Amino acid sequence: MSWDWNFAIEVFPEILGAIWLVIAITFGSFIVALILGLVLTFARRSSFKPLSLLVYAFIEFVRSTPPLVQLFFVYFALPAIGISINKYTAGIVTLGIHYSTYVSEVYRSGIEAIPKGQWEAAKAMNFSKTQTWFRIILPQAIPPVIPMLGNYLIVLFKETPILMAIGVGEFLQKAQLIGSTHFKYLEPITIVGLLFLLLSYPSALLINRLEQKSNQAFTGKKNRRLTNQFHLKSGA
Amino acid sequence: MSIPEKKLEGTRLFPLKQKKNPIAAFENVKKNYDDVQVLKGVDLNISPGEKLALIGPSGSGKTTMIRMLMTLEKPSSGHIKVEGKYLWHKEVSGGLIPANEKHLREMRQNIGMVFQHFNLFPHMTILRNVTEAPIHVLGLSKEEAHQRAVDMLQKVGLGDKLDAYPAQLSGGQKQRVAIARAVVMQPRIMLFDEVTSALDPELVDEVLQVIKDLAKETDMAMILVTHEMDFARDVADRVVFLHDGQIEEEGKPKDIFENPKSPRLKSFLRRFLKS
Repeated sequence: MSWDWNFAIEVFPEILGAIWLVIAITFGSFIVALILGLVLTFARRSSFKPLSLLVYAFIEFVRSTPPLVQLFFVYFALPAIGISINKYTAGIVTLGIHYSTYVSEVYRSGIEAIPKGQWEAAKAMNFSKTQTWFRIILPQAIPPVIPMLGNYLIVLFKETPILMAIGVGEFLQKAQLIGSTHFKYLEPITIVGLLFLLLSYPSALLINRLEQKSNQAFTGKKNRRLTNQFHLKSGA
Repeated sequence: MSIPEKKLEGTRLFPLKQKKNPIAAFENVKKNYDDVQVLKGVDLNISPGEKLALIGPSGSGKTTMIRMLMTLEKPSSGHIKVEGKYLWHKEVSGGLIPANEKHLREMRQNIGMVFQHFNLFPHMTILRNVTEAPIHVLGLSKEEAHQRAVDMLQKVGLGDKLDAYPAQLSGGQKQRVAIARAVVMQPRIMLFDEVTSALDPELVDEVLQVIKDLAKETDMAMILVTHEMDFARDVADRVVFLHDGQIEEEGKPKDIFENPKSPRLKSFLRRFLKS
């Protein structure tokens, strides 16, 4: 058996057709992860010990069990206790929750890097707790960890094929269906691999650039822009 | 006709600020960190408008005192009062209960602080550093906060840096922004925590000058923790010498610097006069 270009070209559009679904699921899950991750971060830092311990246990539990098992639990086991959701929601919720635990760790590292003096200055200026978080701490804590968050976005994207297990028609499921109909797996599965490569690699490059940018945050954006213009002009 | 300044020294035309109700009071305040006792029972009254210099060796507890007044640290025992109200407690039908966040925020409204390491918000422009709290804490309109901030920044000589970020400023400039940021909140007491200790020597004077000017024209009380003895003598109405967690000696600047009584103060001053 050898590579069949005609077959590959014929099935490519069909597999590619899943792209919007995959993108929607990736970003949907990631938004859930970003928001829930923040909630977990706050709860973890709560001065109410039982809550903080409960959240700690939850995070450890979610991180040390496989996402596929969690997916089956949400989609097949929850209906047994009366919670029934469709496969897309189940997929987004499961991946979102799973990655929220990683995202929460990322936020935590960003927050811990903020000097104590910032908290003290916020107190001296009499900001409320909420204002301190959203006006002083998070705007400083998050930009430096955006690249780390971006990496998790790519990892999450590469995790979407597990949703095939509950019948979500993403790339891999499409390829699997085509393969089993024509008894030819080489081309469709290769195409899936290529699609992941084509989408992940440029994203990774983009994140690298973000990383370089975030290293120079808050050092006078305006002046840098002015300097650049100056260079452009003098270069011309 | 103005009276020559020399004649005013040592006499007070308007006696005596100390007799008014104190704006802040320490009552037998103690502070421990684990088993180290940093403050061993301090009593001190600060009058409205008074300029008080806190001097003493490192580790004598000066900074701890003003940090407690700013509610950054809690006394281990004793009480601090601001405008007659308990800072760390709330009075409920004769009894005292620990203060909640709401009470602390009300009390903090009276107090402002400038830090040794500036602690400007690095993600905001200079202007926003100064307008952020007036808008969101005091509830001023944007225009009013902007006006106040620009006036204040001009006063400290930084009217041309409104759109700069803290990272673009020198240490002296940062500290002047920090002073402006605290003063626009119009507190009744301003705390200065060794505000020149982190500065390069050539930048110290510009910051001290701003504080001197401020001290002259404001009716805020000021507590200055400092190692700059000349500055303390110029600005302060009263100097308190803290040693090993206790007030060792206090008095008018003239008496403290020219006629110290306690041997510890004498040896402390000797070290400073030598350099």
